[in-house]
Amino acid sequence: MTQIEEASRSTGLREWLLSNEPQSARQARLGRAYATWSAFRENRLAMLGLAIVLLLVVVALFAPLIATHSPNVQALGDRLQPPSAAHWLGTDEFGRDIFSRLVYGSRITLYIVVLVTLTAAPIGLLIGTVAGYAGGWGDAVLMRVTDIFLAFPKLILALAFVSALGPGIENAILAIAITSWPPYARIARAETLTIRNSDFIAAVKLQGASAARIITRHVMPLCLSSLIVRVTLDMAGIILTAAGLGFLGLGAQPPLPEWGAMISAGRRFILDQWWVATIPGIAIFVVSLGFNLLGDGLRDVLDPKHRS
Amino acid sequence: MDAMIRVKGLNVSFGEGGEALRAVDGVSFQVAAGESFGLVGESGSGKSTVLRALSGLNPNWTGEVEIGGEAQGGRRDKSFYKTCQMVFQDPYGSLHPRRTVDSILREPLAIHRLPDADRRVTEVLDAVGLGPRFRYRYPHQLSGGQRQRVAIARALILQPKILLLDEPTSALDVSVQAEILNLLKRLRAERGLTYVLVTHNLAVVAWMCERIAVMNRGRIVEELTAERLRRAEPEHPYTRQLLAASIGYDRQAVETFQDY
Repeated sequence: MTQIEEASRSTGLREWLLSNEPQSARQARLGRAYATWSAFRENRLAMLGLAIVLLLVVVALFAPLIATHSPNVQALGDRLQPPSAAHWLGTDEFGRDIFSRLVYGSRITLYIVVLVTLTAAPIGLLIGTVAGYAGGWGDAVLMRVTDIFLAFPKLILALAFVSALGPGIENAILAIAITSWPPYARIARAETLTIRNSDFIAAVKLQGASAARIITRHVMPLCLSSLIVRVTLDMAGIILTAAGLGFLGLGAQPPLPEWGAMISAGRRFILDQWWVATIPGIAIFVVSLGFNLLGDGLRDVLDPKHRS
Repeated sequence: MDAMIRVKGLNVSFGEGGEALRAVDGVSFQVAAGESFGLVGESGSGKSTVLRALSGLNPNWTGEVEIGGEAQGGRRDKSFYKTCQMVFQDPYGSLHPRRTVDSILREPLAIHRLPDADRRVTEVLDAVGLGPRFRYRYPHQLSGGQRQRVAIARALILQPKILLLDEPTSALDVSVQAEILNLLKRLRAERGLTYVLVTHNLAVVAWMCERIAVMNRGRIVEELTAERLRRAEPEHPYTRQLLAASIGYDRQAVETFQDY
């Protein structure tokens, strides 16, 4: 009986969300979001990607509750133990529990990903939309600057920045952000060029809207979905660059349990104690794959050009 | 005559130097307050270019343009847009795809900081024959005719005196065309609007306008009243040819056509 009631309530909610005659702006927005979610849910691989990313977030949030040991306490008597009941994923060369370090390392990975996204994506969006909308010499100047940044190999430029600024996680993030905005600027500009001459932009111009208002309120929302897709697909690259910097000793410094640095420390024992380097490697692989699957799924629902 | 729009020697060119194309060449006309003026011509005759210059969308023109008694330059100030608004040809391209009808209609009110946004949106939706049911829909949930009504509502919400209509019905189904034309006619009568209607459809101008200018290759070749157009007695041979072409395909007539 209660099951039937629940079912009817949920179909009521569904109908409310998918109504063709929304009663309020909120209902219209939620309905749109629900339609996008329904399309996204169809894609199993994308759901797997979302699950992996959500798992990363949950693990990072509740690291102290999930970890079985402290990530930094050394126990030299237990060094290089294989996986066992006491140490699920074994121990490293200082006897630290690898599972716990992995769990705490997810915080660093998430920190890098979030900070790079929050700095690089808005910079790219702003430069791209302004260049695309302004046109003329403003466009030329902004895009040549973008080209210069694009001409450098990403990792090498990041390396140069980190060695100039000094090693450390913040500098690594800064270096990655500085090297990853140009593609976002290009995408935003390309989108803006297709939007700027459309009639709906002409219509807002004829209402007396300023260029700043047109860019922020009318152009940017339309660039956002392709940018979100691209950023999500780039997450894997960002994680790998951060891990690469960590591996080279230029990213997170010991004893921070950064995954790339963990691989770097474990490579000396790779033949005899394979788990020390392999397990953080698997973690990087899984999270990168998760972001890629999520990005692919998002592209299918958000990017109208790819929609069938 | 109390002229709402006065255009004298309007020239618009695209490109520069020897390759410059003169899209509009010395066009002059006047539109009285409350009058409906039609600009007709074939594709590429420069009729839409005249409209874009009037509206301020294309600032690169020379000549004299006076709107609402004030001389206009290439750039317009904010108050100009409260006098003069435009309805575009393609209702599928003229509404922002990610905004609801409500948000599309609120935007001009926000730009001009007008109070009572809620009441104004309700009123204008009512005026164009769309009830409150349509208020929170996205453009993709509307038909072509409904979209064009939203576009008209957006143009009206600032309560302009002049509406520039750029082929407002040519992208619509024939059955919907008549509804939109009747709506435009009613709105003009109710609000005392001045129309400049650009179209290639002679039947539409004859129904909508009192005076008509026929354009060909950037020039106005003839100005006549709707009455004379309806009686099919234009003076200029180009207009006669246009009239013959609008009646339907006639092999004999087509063979006599020439370039003007």
